[in-house]
Amino acid sequence: MSFIAKPKVIHPQSPRNKLGLTVRDYEGGMSTLCAGCGHDSVTGAIVQVAFELSIPPHRMAKLSGIGCSSKTPAYFAKQSHGFNTVHGRMPSVASGANAANSDLWYIGVSGDGDSLSIGLGQFCHAIRRNVNMLYIIENNGVYGLTKGQFSASADLGSKAKKGAENQQPPIDPCRMAISMGAGFVARSFSGDKEQLLPLIKAGLSHKGFAVIDVISPCVTFNDHEGSTKSYEYTRQHFHPAIQANYVPPSEELKVQYKAGEAMPVILHDGSQIILRKVAGKYDPTDRASIYSYLEQYQQAGEVITGLLYYDDNLKEMHDLSNIVDQPLSMIDHAELCPGDDALQVLQNVWR
Amino acid sequence: MQPTDITNPDYFHKVVDCQRGCPAHTDVPGYIRLIAQGRFSDAYLLNRRTNVFPGVLGRVCDRPCEPACRRGRVDEEPVAICRLKRVAADLRDNIRDRLPTAPVEKSGKRIALVGAGCASLAVANDLMPLGHEIVIYEAQDVPGGLMRSNIPSFRLPEDVLDEEIAQIVDMGVDLRLGTEVESLKALLGEGYDAIFIGSGAPKGKNLDLPGRYESDRIHIGIEWLESIAFEHIDSVGQNVLIIGVGNTAMDCCRSSLRLGAKNVKVMARKPRAFFKASEWELKDAEEENVEIVVNHSPKEFVVEAGKLVGMKFELMEYDLDEQGKIVAQRITGETFVPCDDVVLAIGQDNAFPWIERDLGIDFDQWDVPVVDPVTYQSGCKNVFFGGDAAFGPKNIIWAVEHGHQAAISIHKYCRGEDVADRLKDGMHLSSTKMGLHEWSYSNSYDDAERTLVPHLSLLERFKDLDFEVELGFDAERAVREVERCLNCDQQTVFTAGLCIECDACIDVCPVKCLTMTRNGDETDLRERLSTPARNLQQDLYVSAALPQTSRVMVKDEDLCVHCGLCAERCPTAAWDMQKFTLAVPYAIDENVAPEPEQIARKWGI
Ligand SMILES: Cc1cc2nc3c(=O)[nH]c(=O)nc-3n(C[C@H](O)[C@H](O)[C@H](O)COP(=O)(O)OP(=O)(O)OC[C@H]3O[C@@H](n4cnc5c(N)ncnc54)[C@H](O)[C@@H]3O)c2cc1C
Ligand SMILES: Cc1ncc(C[n+]2csc(CCOP(=O)(O)OP(=O)(O)O)c2C)c(N)n1
Ligand code: SF4
Ligand code: SF4
Ligand code: SF4
Ligand code: SF4
Ligand SMILES: [Mg+2]
Repeated sequence: MSFIAKPKVIHPQSPRNKLGLTVRDYEGGMSTLCAGCGHDSVTGAIVQVAFELSIPPHRMAKLSGIGCSSKTPAYFAKQSHGFNTVHGRMPSVASGANAANSDLWYIGVSGDGDSLSIGLGQFCHAIRRNVNMLYIIENNGVYGLTKGQFSASADLGSKAKKGAENQQPPIDPCRMAISMGAGFVARSFSGDKEQLLPLIKAGLSHKGFAVIDVISPCVTFNDHEGSTKSYEYTRQHFHPAIQANYVPPSEELKVQYKAGEAMPVILHDGSQIILRKVAGKYDPTDRASIYSYLEQYQQAGEVITGLLYYDDNLKEMHDLSNIVDQPLSMIDHAELCPGDDALQVLQNVWR
Repeated sequence: MQPTDITNPDYFHKVVDCQRGCPAHTDVPGYIRLIAQGRFSDAYLLNRRTNVFPGVLGRVCDRPCEPACRRGRVDEEPVAICRLKRVAADLRDNIRDRLPTAPVEKSGKRIALVGAGCASLAVANDLMPLGHEIVIYEAQDVPGGLMRSNIPSFRLPEDVLDEEIAQIVDMGVDLRLGTEVESLKALLGEGYDAIFIGSGAPKGKNLDLPGRYESDRIHIGIEWLESIAFEHIDSVGQNVLIIGVGNTAMDCCRSSLRLGAKNVKVMARKPRAFFKASEWELKDAEEENVEIVVNHSPKEFVVEAGKLVGMKFELMEYDLDEQGKIVAQRITGETFVPCDDVVLAIGQDNAFPWIERDLGIDFDQWDVPVVDPVTYQSGCKNVFFGGDAAFGPKNIIWAVEHGHQAAISIHKYCRGEDVADRLKDGMHLSSTKMGLHEWSYSNSYDDAERTLVPHLSLLERFKDLDFEVELGFDAERAVREVERCLNCDQQTVFTAGLCIECDACIDVCPVKCLTMTRNGDETDLRERLSTPARNLQQDLYVSAALPQTSRVMVKDEDLCVHCGLCAERCPTAAWDMQKFTLAVPYAIDENVAPEPEQIARKWGI
């Protein structure tokens, strides 16, 4: 929260993107979150990515539920479409919006409470439907907005501000997403933009549901000693398993990788993700092995990060449902909805 | 890079660009905030401490602070610092009883000052309160030097000058007017403990071309202006040519218009980018319909039957390189420009016919004395120089700063101390945090454009030589202009040990001047910042290694608008906004060094 408006002044040497915009053109309103909240840093990362990818702000749709995390779409891309749904219901609204207009860049921003507590069911079905969107969970282990109760992602034994220990086992959104069949599953940290930025870019370019679980500390209710979602704890237990570099469509791959060392994946829009192993035998395409790997490290209290699982052979929602390529919202109403007579004809086919 | 040493006053001093740009290091943001609060007398006195002549300088200062001002880098036009200074002088109350005074008990030291220009007056201002006896010798019948004799009264009214000179002389200076010093040797013989030479650079440059001595209508600029000031001249021909485009030329052309000239041309040898005059002086002249003619090189004065009829010029053409430097020049023709008078305004030289060459004082080939640039002491140990006399023609504010420094030396010299062993600048920092999102200064950015100063109409201003053209800001305009100031003395101060590396400050900074990254050498770091730091005049502020990742916090000082948002967004107060006060020592401080904190408290800034 700040009283003054962010000065309109920009650095005269500010870089401009392909649309001639500066990074400041992707900002939103002034954040009302607590100073130092991890969520603001994730907002900063989204702003930077949208700028670097030269996304026209009015071609973005940002959706969220309820929570401090879900407030953040107000703080980026002020010229884009936005929808703040009921708590935990963002996935259905996102599915509907995407069904109607497949031609926007969809970014869902949610919290661990919004997605893993009240909204768990919605989250799972959005994965199953493979909605073409980037789904960011700003994960702080608590319900920040309602003053810091443990959420469904709180680790066993993690301490609340007044000392109480969490007794219920956590839900790991990454393992769950992998088991539900998501094609793009990543984990990162709000305090590590070097890792986060390429993941957001890749997630946006991926066709289908891309989820990034971003550890995003709540400075006010969950950044103390004994918390497993604090800045300090996350930094001490942070292990990149796989490093993902993003190469935009227009750029040629400059470096040749030796087989086995790195794995380039070409996305539908011509961009590439270069996956590079950091930890031992980790294979981001082998579901079974990843699952046990994550389980094992989580038991040890470690935070495994990077693009954890990748499968680009999945059909997204529109392909699965055989929907025409042209966004439905662009089709003339009479054609889209040919009226009662046409419906009768259609129903007669099945009678 | 090594962590920045912010305990060195020099570091934060550089961030206050205007104060750094001012030769006397006037606390600009400090006094202009006082103006915005309506505390005009306080603003005046704070000003006077460093620059001695706020009323004069608020009108005619060369204003090196303005090109330096950060606001000029952020949105082109700097804060109208000089015009704000004038507001303090115009709107203040009677401050007589707050001015320095001479003590009853004297030191017993006698000091002679040659010339009653601004340099000598500044020396007197600093030495009188120390109980020294000051004798000023002035050749003219009035004090003030070039401020009186050359700066026209339509820019600097006499009463303003009179009052600020009186503030000094009334402390009890023994001012001997109409007394030219004809021999330094003789003056040395009079047993003064020290002598200060502030006699200026009195010789106007000549232009020795054919026809030069065949007419009495060819004038040397500074002599001609002096004759106008002392009312020996009150008219000029209809058509006047001014040779040269420095600030003297601007005063000459504008004075011509007031003496009755109808058609005034300023003749320049080179294109506009090479003019010596300040941009604002050029604009003021052009507003009065003075024509500025470029690429005309003087060749000959044309005198027919004993009467000056005009001048011949060679037409010039120049080739410029990419940096805009002249690489070749050609004469493409010749032209004749008719006129009745010519004024030569091509510069000034030093001249010391009255200083004997066997006193130990060395002079260079231009007759400029060899003077120590820190102590202002000459080869003759009890003789000090300052102002235009010391290093050639500069301006008033430089002369004042020379005066301050020479006064320190003279005081130390009189006490038998080493003149080179001087007090260093001090500093004081205090947090300006008043609440969660509240600071004791106006931190929000005002995107207003520079406020224009109203001018006397073109119809009115030529009616009398003494009518002041600029009317100055009223209180309302002043407040508006002060709001444009970015408060560069409200420093961003970083405590590495408190930072949890949450990125909040980095993301919120409107000009993207903060970065957390791994350390490196300066050239490497400058390129790796959120926005590359390519203005090498401006420093990088580098922290110690951060606790969690051992990266460093780097701030590029160049375009910080001191909005305080980094400090507002910081959860641990690792960034804080702190008011920086530079404590500049004066002669009086050599007795008891003041605590920088006292200075800060005294002015409540
Ligand atoms: C036309 C013109 C316009 C200018 N405009 C500006 C301006 O707008 N802003 C600005 O900042 N600067 C301006 N300047 C420059 C500024 O006036 C000088 O830099 C400044 O006055 C220098 O001060 P000083 O005390 O060193 O010398 P001066 O002001 O030159 O004073 C020297 C004094 O010493 C006296 N003197 C000399 N020899 C002797 C002797 N032997 N015995 C006794 N007395 C002696 C002289 O009579 C004179 O009074 C201008 C200069 C000129 C020529
Ligand atoms: C239907 C409904 N139930 C409960 C709430 C109360 N509520 C508001 S935010 C919130 C939790 C948000 O937690 P999370 O999604 O983790 O967001 P954070 O604030 O931690 O970023 C709850 C339970 C609500 N707004 N609506
Ligand atoms: S309560 Fe926690 S999650 Fe909410 S804004 Fe504050 S720090 Fe962020
Ligand atoms: S913005 Fe204000 S403080 Fe900064 S340089 Fe300009 S006048 Fe000085
Ligand atoms: S005060 Fe802080 S946020 Fe504001 S411009 Fe300067 S560094 Fe950036
Ligand atoms: S806001 Fe404060 S704690 Fe966060 S990175 Fe900046 S200085 Fe460090
Ligand atoms: Mg939460």
